[in-house]
Amino acid sequence: MEHSPPQFFKRGPTPLIRLLLCSLLSIALLISDARYGYLDAMRQSVAVIIYPLQRLAGAPRAMLDSIGEFFVTLNALRTENARLTAQSLRDAVSFRKYAALAAENAHLRDLLAARQRLPESTIFAEVLYAGRDLFTRKIVIDKGRQHGIKAGQPVIDQIGVIGQVTRTYPWLAEITLITDKEQAVPVQNLRNGLRAVLGGTGNDGLLELKFIPLNADFQNGDQLVTSGIDGVYPPGLPVAEVSNVERNAAYPFARITCTPLAGVTSHRQVLVLNSGNTAPERPVEPPKPERAKKSRRGG
Amino acid sequence: MQARDITLHEILLPVRTAFIIFTFVAALLINMLPWSGWWLAIKPDFVALVVLYWCIQQPRKVGFASAWLLGLIMDVAEGSLFGQHALAYSVLAFAGIVLHRRVLMFTLRDQVLHVLVLLLLNDAMVLAVRMLAGAGFPGFSYFIGSLTAAALWPALCFLFKLPQRPAPDPDRV
Repeated sequence: MEHSPPQFFKRGPTPLIRLLLCSLLSIALLISDARYGYLDAMRQSVAVIIYPLQRLAGAPRAMLDSIGEFFVTLNALRTENARLTAQSLRDAVSFRKYAALAAENAHLRDLLAARQRLPESTIFAEVLYAGRDLFTRKIVIDKGRQHGIKAGQPVIDQIGVIGQVTRTYPWLAEITLITDKEQAVPVQNLRNGLRAVLGGTGNDGLLELKFIPLNADFQNGDQLVTSGIDGVYPPGLPVAEVSNVERNAAYPFARITCTPLAGVTSHRQVLVLNSGNTAPERPVEPPKPERAKKSRRGG
Repeated sequence: MQARDITLHEILLPVRTAFIIFTFVAALLINMLPWSGWWLAIKPDFVALVVLYWCIQQPRKVGFASAWLLGLIMDVAEGSLFGQHALAYSVLAFAGIVLHRRVLMFTLRDQVLHVLVLLLLNDAMVLAVRMLAGAGFPGFSYFIGSLTAAALWPALCFLFKLPQRPAPDPDRV
């Protein structure tokens, strides 16, 4: 190498050196993103730059949908109208009941001097696309920080919980579905009030109750609703149904799999709940027993 | 043999930078389409394919900088870890630039095999980064995208060379 004649054409550093440089830069980015989360500003600015592309990519499907809507038959519309009228009639009855119950509940809570539950406002959003990352379960919606969406807000459809906002951009937001491997929802068994943590498995349509003792009373078909003790999800939203309970004495915990109730993968429209943070402040941690140790050593 | 001669000795017009940028934007756009279900399972990474194509065809024009920047854009678009695609595309660009003379010696059919291995390498890089970051193994179906991408290689070569073909000469028979 040392004896080779000088190059005729200057081409800058060799590919290997360039590769090393790029790899080092990428690895630095990876570590600072995964470990420290320093790069949010950079991510936000790139997101703004590619936002038009993202909307453009979503355009063909929107166009197809609108074309499909144009060709809906009169008959289909009539049946749907009849169904919706009947539905609204049924809903009206339960809504009256609900109003009465809400008033009664407020009154009772007043009596008990209990904390009033804040009324939740909701933000309607449409799903732009499902995440294409095979390692996570995420969707992207067409509302972002400009519309008042904040990271941490729960997301529901007409049936129940589908996930949580995990990252916001100016006009977009990313929702991690409850089926994601790292997503957990605190739930409560509707039948007997047992509390548990429901975690995703990374597979669509499969959830798992974590750290449930073998003798805990969970049965097939039990409905799980949010317990509300986390201060993130409002209590009482349907989440999942127990589909299989496997108790094996060889393991410390029962293996309980559940299926999500809401259409976690099939929805187009979702609601982002704007629940005010109603959780009380965290209690102050008791002083560390460091002093005790010291005194013991001293004594 | 004849087909090989044609691909080897074809005289093409110089490629225009605007066309390269256009193909990159188009690849990003196709990657961002709302893929779902089976289509998502077999979806090739078009950006990786296009980066590899230009690194093999025009290693003097397209190199690490564009590959790395496209990787960053893909990371933001997919909401994945920052730098994961940037790293994978840099390695892909390196492989393409180092091997470009060798790959172009072969016929289109044999090029597909080279491209397949390089794209699998790209996938393996992403997989390694994700698994180091704590994700589980998504199964071997993860690599199907590379197979379809490699299968698209001949069509891609044909399409991308169209603007470089000289207009047919009316004086020649």
